[in-house]
Amino acid sequence: MRPNKVILLIVVVIFGLIIINSAFFIVDQTKQAIITQFGKPIREVKEPGLKVKWPFIQRVILFDKRLLQWDGRPTRIPTLDKKYIWVDTCARWRIISPLKFLESVEGNESIAQAKLDNIIEGAVRNRIADNALIEVVRNSNRPIYTTQVSSGGAEVRVQKEVEEIEVGREKITRAILEDAAEKTLALGIELVDVRIKRINYVETVRERVFERMIAERLQMAAQYRSQGEGEKSKILGDKEIQLKTILSQAYRQSQEIKGQADAEATKIYADAFKKDPEFYSFVKTLEIYKNTLDENTWLILTTDSDYLKYLKSLPPGG
Amino acid sequence: MDSRGRNSVVLGGEEFHMPAISKRTIGFVVIIVVGLIFLVTTFYKVGADEVGIIRRFGRYSRTTQPGLHLKWPFGIETLKKPKVKRNFTQEFGFRTVKPGVLTQIRKTGYADESLMLTGDLNVGVVEWIVQYKIEDPKAYLFNVREAEETIRDIAEVAMRLSVGDGSVDEVLTFGKMDIAEEVRERLQAVLDAYELGIQIILVALQDVNPPDKVKPAFDEVNSAMQDKDKLIQEARREYNEVVPRASGEAEKMIKEAEGYAVERVNTARGDAQKFMALWREYRNAKDVTKRRLYLETIQEVIPRLEKKYIIDDGVKGLMPLLGITPQAGGAK
Repeated sequence: MRPNKVILLIVVVIFGLIIINSAFFIVDQTKQAIITQFGKPIREVKEPGLKVKWPFIQRVILFDKRLLQWDGRPTRIPTLDKKYIWVDTCARWRIISPLKFLESVEGNESIAQAKLDNIIEGAVRNRIADNALIEVVRNSNRPIYTTQVSSGGAEVRVQKEVEEIEVGREKITRAILEDAAEKTLALGIELVDVRIKRINYVETVRERVFERMIAERLQMAAQYRSQGEGEKSKILGDKEIQLKTILSQAYRQSQEIKGQADAEATKIYADAFKKDPEFYSFVKTLEIYKNTLDENTWLILTTDSDYLKYLKSLPPGG
Repeated sequence: MDSRGRNSVVLGGEEFHMPAISKRTIGFVVIIVVGLIFLVTTFYKVGADEVGIIRRFGRYSRTTQPGLHLKWPFGIETLKKPKVKRNFTQEFGFRTVKPGVLTQIRKTGYADESLMLTGDLNVGVVEWIVQYKIEDPKAYLFNVREAEETIRDIAEVAMRLSVGDGSVDEVLTFGKMDIAEEVRERLQAVLDAYELGIQIILVALQDVNPPDKVKPAFDEVNSAMQDKDKLIQEARREYNEVVPRASGEAEKMIKEAEGYAVERVNTARGDAQKFMALWREYRNAKDVTKRRLYLETIQEVIPRLEKKYIIDDGVKGLMPLLGITPQAGGAK
């Protein structure tokens, strides 16, 4: 082979490769493309795979097809009831029309993000300012429960009185999304979702909220303590009643028993003694003498007494 | 290269001879290099916890299971291996610095994540985790660009929606499980709408606290609860000390009464029987017995008395003589 033939072959191969490289392009599964001819958009390519275009005169610009992130900066916004809060929102969007996207933001994502900042933050500000704080915080009118101390001393869950809401956070975010989505369409952007990520009180309000929380808790603590005292008094009162009941019942019962015994004894004595009351009184009197007369007793007797009658004189005929 | 020698190079007027490399050697090296690239880009291994997602010219082609596989070489087909069997965890309000037996976590600097408003317009500090796995690797790779950030964003959104719908007590204590479940459901629903291909396994509230400034007041409630228990315990103890003792005393009182009753009745029976026995004898010889009893008594009683005065009928006005006043225990 002659050397210039070799050179010719090499040139042809290289040239061919360049043409192939320029005529074929790959659109990834996650991408979409626009074909421009002399800088003017000709067509959109949304299907992935190996694609063909005119070499050199047509250029391909790739865009992401996936859901993309938008993360807002925390913004200080007053609510309808003049409470200042920090609102932090996030959103998800996608390039729905690469052509419009190219025209409106030069196909540049950073520019798109900046435009989204304006659109979404504006919508957020409007909607938050149109609603009371509670509407932004709460989402439904589901009953809220708190713990309280019942009169019996047990901790119970009771429904807490809170303001009813009319809208709620999810409806507000839906409205924000609708407001903003309308405007992003012109940028070739479909705003898929806007969400309120964080809400916080601004510093000054936060302090006051903390004070309110503290007051609420201290009141609960006081309630517990007074309930403890009450419970204690009740138990001690119970104790007194029990004590008096037990002892008085026992006294009554013992008196009853004693009374019955006395009655029975009385009956036994009576049954026996009524056989001869005269003899009983004689025997009993003698028994009393034995029991009552002792060394300290003075006995003064006249000689007329039965005991001494023989001392004075012998009975006649004895 | 000129005719003088193919393997020489002229540098600064001097000619260096290079070692002779034959065409065959060059060809050999090229084949080896191309062959290596071919091998490396053709064979691939999918690990046990992964699947292989193959794209041909950028377009999704197929999903392959763990094992050794072949694909078209030289970038015609490309490979991604998402770990579908692995559980991923996202932490909110804290970060694990060093996992292990003694897990080290850092909490400072994440107040933005953990501080949130409750439905009764109080503030709670909530730390939680979200565990998830890749359920649909194709969707996970192709549908959302910032998959992890999306999970984090929506997890915060869902948590604040649920916390914002409950009282601070619910968030701190008894509502934790319900909130976690609600967050899991809502997070899953939103991510499904985004077609992220993620399955949320678990949402768990870890440490939930009142804000630092308010904490002492919450602790105060706890200590008040303990005080209350203590007061009640004290009262119960006193009750339990006194009442059983009173019962014992009552029992004793009754037993004593019963003892009295037995004694009283038995004494009466004894007395009665004794009397009856005596009476039966008396009936046989009334006069003699009466006299005998009388005299026996006299015999027993008189000797005991220390002072005995015998006065005849004839002597009158002797009482003053003896210095007896009626009160001085005379006729006892």
